[in-house]
Amino acid sequence: MNAWLRPHAQSLRHTAARLRAAPFAALANVLVVGVVLALPLSAYLAVAHVQAVTGSLRAEPQVSVFLAPGISKSDSAALEMRLKNTTGVRTVRFVSRDAALANLKSAPGMSDVVATLRDNPLPDAYIATLRDEGDSAADTAEKLEQQLMALPGIAHVQADSAWVRRLGALLRVGRTAVLLLAGVLSLALVAVTFNTIRLQILTQREEIEVSKLMGATDAYVRRPFFYWGGFLGAAGGLAALLLVDLGRVLINSDLARFGDFYGVDLRLGFLSPQDALAFLVFALLLGVLGAYLSVSRHLSEIRPQ
Amino acid sequence: MTQAAISFSSVSKRYPGGREALSGIDFSIQPGEFVLLTGHSGAGKSTLLKLIPAIERASSGTILVNGQNVSALNARGVPFLRRNLGLIFQDQKLLFDRSVLDNVMLPLQLTSQPWRDAQRRARAALDKVGLLERERANPVALSGGEQQRLCIARAVVNRPAILIADEPTASLDDEYADIIMDMFQSFNRVGVTVLVATHDLDLVRRRHPRLIALENGRLAGDGPLAADAAAFDRSSADAAPSQAAPGPA
Repeated sequence: MNAWLRPHAQSLRHTAARLRAAPFAALANVLVVGVVLALPLSAYLAVAHVQAVTGSLRAEPQVSVFLAPGISKSDSAALEMRLKNTTGVRTVRFVSRDAALANLKSAPGMSDVVATLRDNPLPDAYIATLRDEGDSAADTAEKLEQQLMALPGIAHVQADSAWVRRLGALLRVGRTAVLLLAGVLSLALVAVTFNTIRLQILTQREEIEVSKLMGATDAYVRRPFFYWGGFLGAAGGLAALLLVDLGRVLINSDLARFGDFYGVDLRLGFLSPQDALAFLVFALLLGVLGAYLSVSRHLSEIRPQ
Repeated sequence: MTQAAISFSSVSKRYPGGREALSGIDFSIQPGEFVLLTGHSGAGKSTLLKLIPAIERASSGTILVNGQNVSALNARGVPFLRRNLGLIFQDQKLLFDRSVLDNVMLPLQLTSQPWRDAQRRARAALDKVGLLERERANPVALSGGEQQRLCIARAVVNRPAILIADEPTASLDDEYADIIMDMFQSFNRVGVTVLVATHDLDLVRRRHPRLIALENGRLAGDGPLAADAAAFDRSSADAAPSQAAPGPA
């Protein structure tokens, strides 16, 4: 074997031997790290999911133009032409008051309500679908709303920009909260490895002492602890991925049923393989960091006599 | 003149709090010598031995080991100094969480020797001290004398040029202590420099070693044991109770 690799292989064997010596203690530690990491991971997936679902809804921002009752056919046609020629408008669809009522009647739970009406209270309407997506669509919708409100023969204009913006702001809050949570729980992971490694150093005090007396370098003594910290982080990360994926599968059947009512697929997605790998590497590095801090703090206290 | 294996010149050791454990120690040990370090308890034997592998550092003076200046050695150099020394400690420092063989393999693992070579050399060392058939046992299951032999196997597995032992026969009965001393002498015959601290001079009288005597941290004598100086006699008087005590073996 390569002379440079051999010490590392040896430390790795060392770490594996420690794992074999106390598998349940190791498993408990891995689970703690797993749960700690599962929290921000699931929160991240939830926010990403809401973002994805609303993104698909927002793909066609709309402006609904409700006509005043008794507007003449020619005025209505002129309005349609005007809407179609406005920049940013992709399609214009006419919804007659009768069609709107029929539509309402078919909505679940609404037919009884509609049956109590003496005559149709709904106005004729044009629904303009806008071309742009995202924030610029919201701007277009708002501008259009202001222009149209000034025209005669129009009862009400409703742009969907307001809720889009509100949701966007809410998502930003969610993202920040996830970041904060991830930061705090990363600290927790570092603290967990710090403490675990401290206990290991204490239980292996004699071995460390004797090794130093026999001529062990500091690097030799430290290396297995770094491996252990890395293992804790990576195995904990893997446990977190499994926990979150299990939760996702359990919740998805409920979400699918719920989504059916709206004709949308609400099922949660998972991390891409690249993201999952990055997550594992991140957890591994946090584990090594915890080990590094612990080793620097506690190993110098052991001075053989 | 050949380079000394160990040389002390005006070495003093003062512990924090002001107690002076050693003062103005001067001596030199040539390669291949067999030297006993003696003195009553508290005379500074253990402190002197701990200065050689830099477990303790001298307050002043110069210590050379195989030409290497231990007094000027920084922390990074210490492990490499220790790898060239065979150390046997008063409190043995065996690890009871692993087998006899694994205890002997420890010094070899530090230098990342291939596992098979390490195992072969560890077995050879165990064979030299007559413990080969106990390689799978836990050190806890060994008798006091066997544990001491295990310490010797661990100390010589790296084939050090210098062997240093602190009271290796303290807890053994005379017969067993004699066997241990025979082992040191056989290593000495193949060229290893041996430095043993003991207060049990009767045990070694017939071996005619060179004797370095300490008294209250100062050098009280340096010469062949046959000289039988007064300081040495007092040392052997100190040793009497431990000789009478029954050995654990």
